[in-house]
Amino acid sequence: MALVKSPKTLQNRLASRSLPPSYFPDFDSHLGLAPMLLLQGVKKTFVDAAAARLPILDIEHFATAAGEQMVVRGRSGSGKTTLLHVIAGISRADAGKVEIDGVDITRLPEAGRDRFRADKIGYIFQTFNLLPAFSALENVLLGMSFSGGRADRARAIGLLEQVGLKHRMDHSPQKLSVGEQQRVAVARALANRPKLLLADEPTANVDPANQQQIVDLIRQRCEDEKIALVLVTHETEVAEQFDRVETIESFNQVLSNS
Amino acid sequence: MSLWKIAWRSIQQRRLSSLLTGFSMALGVALVILVLVIYGVVDDRFHEGGEGYHLIVGAKGGKLQLVLNTVFHLSQPIENVPYSVYKEFTAGKFASSTELAVPCCMGDSYQAGGQTFRVVGTTPDMFDKLPAGYTEKGEPRPYRFQSGGRNFKHENFFEAVIGSVVANVSGLKVGDSFQPAHGIVEEGEDPHVHDDFKIVGILEPSGTPNDRALFVNMEGFYLLEDHSKPASKSTPQTDHADEHAHDAHDHDAAHAHDETHDHEHAPPAQSNEEPQERDGAPPEPAAAIGVTDSVETTQQPARDEHGHDEHGHDDHAHGEHDHGAHAHDHHGHDHHAHHEPLPESQREVTAILVVASNTMGMESLLAQQMFTMINEGQEAQAVFPTKEVHDLFATVVGPVQLILLILSMLIVVVAGIGIMVSIYNTMSERGHEIAVMRALGAGRGTVMAIVLFESILLSLAGGLAGVLLGHAMIGLASPYVVNQTGVTLHMFQFDWKELALIPGLVALATLVGFIPALAAYRTDVSKSLTARP
Repeated sequence: MALVKSPKTLQNRLASRSLPPSYFPDFDSHLGLAPMLLLQGVKKTFVDAAAARLPILDIEHFATAAGEQMVVRGRSGSGKTTLLHVIAGISRADAGKVEIDGVDITRLPEAGRDRFRADKIGYIFQTFNLLPAFSALENVLLGMSFSGGRADRARAIGLLEQVGLKHRMDHSPQKLSVGEQQRVAVARALANRPKLLLADEPTANVDPANQQQIVDLIRQRCEDEKIALVLVTHETEVAEQFDRVETIESFNQVLSNS
Repeated sequence: MSLWKIAWRSIQQRRLSSLLTGFSMALGVALVILVLVIYGVVDDRFHEGGEGYHLIVGAKGGKLQLVLNTVFHLSQPIENVPYSVYKEFTAGKFASSTELAVPCCMGDSYQAGGQTFRVVGTTPDMFDKLPAGYTEKGEPRPYRFQSGGRNFKHENFFEAVIGSVVANVSGLKVGDSFQPAHGIVEEGEDPHVHDDFKIVGILEPSGTPNDRALFVNMEGFYLLEDHSKPASKSTPQTDHADEHAHDAHDHDAAHAHDETHDHEHAPPAQSNEEPQERDGAPPEPAAAIGVTDSVETTQQPARDEHGHDEHGHDDHAHGEHDHGAHAHDHHGHDHHAHHEPLPESQREVTAILVVASNTMGMESLLAQQMFTMINEGQEAQAVFPTKEVHDLFATVVGPVQLILLILSMLIVVVAGIGIMVSIYNTMSERGHEIAVMRALGAGRGTVMAIVLFESILLSLAGGLAGVLLGHAMIGLASPYVVNQTGVTLHMFQFDWKELALIPGLVALATLVGFIPALAAYRTDVSKSLTARP
């Protein structure tokens, strides 16, 4: 699949699929950039214990341009994490297209999605999810281990230096403060030079003193490396710092219809 | 970071659990090592012990008993055969087919350090001409004597050579003397001791059963009390009937004799071949001893008639032969210096080690011919020691070893199942960890491989520890085993079958790791990620 190089090209391609350019007003009018992330007609339904089908996502359209930084807000249980899982290919959409850097990952086999995720997507978890058996440096190297290339130790150290933790790189996560752990998680998410960074409530478990530091760190690194950022948060102070803020209700029809 | 390292870190994370499961694997593997190495050593020693000669000839009876007693100093002697049987190999009908015949007279023992060692009367050929074993290249490995020692000499009747284990246990040195006890005396029994033999050599450790035996000059052995065949039972060498029924070590009978000491023995016609020189005295042909074989008295040990009456050793209480009190007065070997060799008619041997002549490369054929002819007769039996040892291993030792090996393998399998349970039990708590790896881009196959590697590493680490533990146990047990059995065990004695442990453990680990690995494979990433770690 060819990569989308420009809005024009994208529009042409979309047009060729009999979709009118007006179908993507936000894309053209607000950004003028090629989409790094594009969701079209994405549906996701869970089956509960009683075998009842529970729709979670019904997204007609959602897009993010390369290098764009945006916030998705929403109340608890609104499907924000599921959205990120679908984008990352951790969960497979029941229907629709999830295109990242021009690749529709819904068409990839699971192993392909895993490799694509390792190469192109960085993921920051709300609970950091550092592996306790590994040092800070090894956690960052771990992020590199599952992509095709060799683990770049120098880059891992460099990233820890950028997040201010080079002096603690040999410490295990248990010996790091909460703020330090999240900074290691940021370094790990950036390890493979992703094109898209997904951050799921990255400041929710961080003390207020460190919250802004984490947000600044994430935004700065994404800006420096031209990484598109989709940050999910319910915290207003965080959301207000972004130019583009979307509520999940605005594009998830499951919620808007309910 | 390699998957191996990731797996190793996971093992480190659960240190105690990993140590315990690894230790159980180590114990299992150590047992396998013990069984393999000990069996290997026993197998080598037994097979080596039966090599160096083609036949063992002895009294009719149990074949295996003859081999065990003669070669390995185990079990009890069957009976004795007339000396004439031995002479067949040196000057009789088998002489042309025989390269070497080494007689062995058994039945005496020596106690030291709470252990009983066998005393064997033989000729110097035992150490001069028979090999102690063979090198890996198949070359004969001769017996060697420790510094300052030598083989006993034919003409010095009361010289002896002792095995290295005997020397270690007893503290006997070259120049010391020892008194063999009559019969195989067990610990706690009151031994009836003979006159003393002077030790002239201590064997270097040979790893053979001979390390645990004392070897005395057969000529001196014959002159010991009760070691001559009673004259009334001695038969012409052509008449072998009922010879094997005689018990030369019938202690009670020996003590019951009348001690008249006035009879004379006639040497047999062929008796001019055995040692003629004693303690430096000029050799004296037995034929010239001037005694007749047509004895009148019965149950008279030749030692008494020659040793005491003729030479008037008054300082000995042998005139009355108070054996109950053992009133021997041992003054070195001077009292033996003037003994005459025992007439051949009064001699018996317990076994003969026969090396067939290698004329035109027909030694096997000649050995087979002798084997057949001897076994067709009534007087003695011949056995192929290697065949008996092989049969023993094939029918008894081998199956026992197999059972032990299977049992220790089962322990390894149980330890493997322990590893599976240990890893599997952690899977619920590791679900989140695996999900994180999956979210970072690890595929299902990758996390499955990590769990399998973990199982393999635990098994191999436990197995390696088991190999070291097993060899350490062998090293620790070595001094005890050497003293008890004469079999030398080295800490780093290696059995090539140990190599099979590596692929075996990997296969086992893969098998037992498969179930937890499958659990890792099936981890629901989305669900596990949203669950609190």
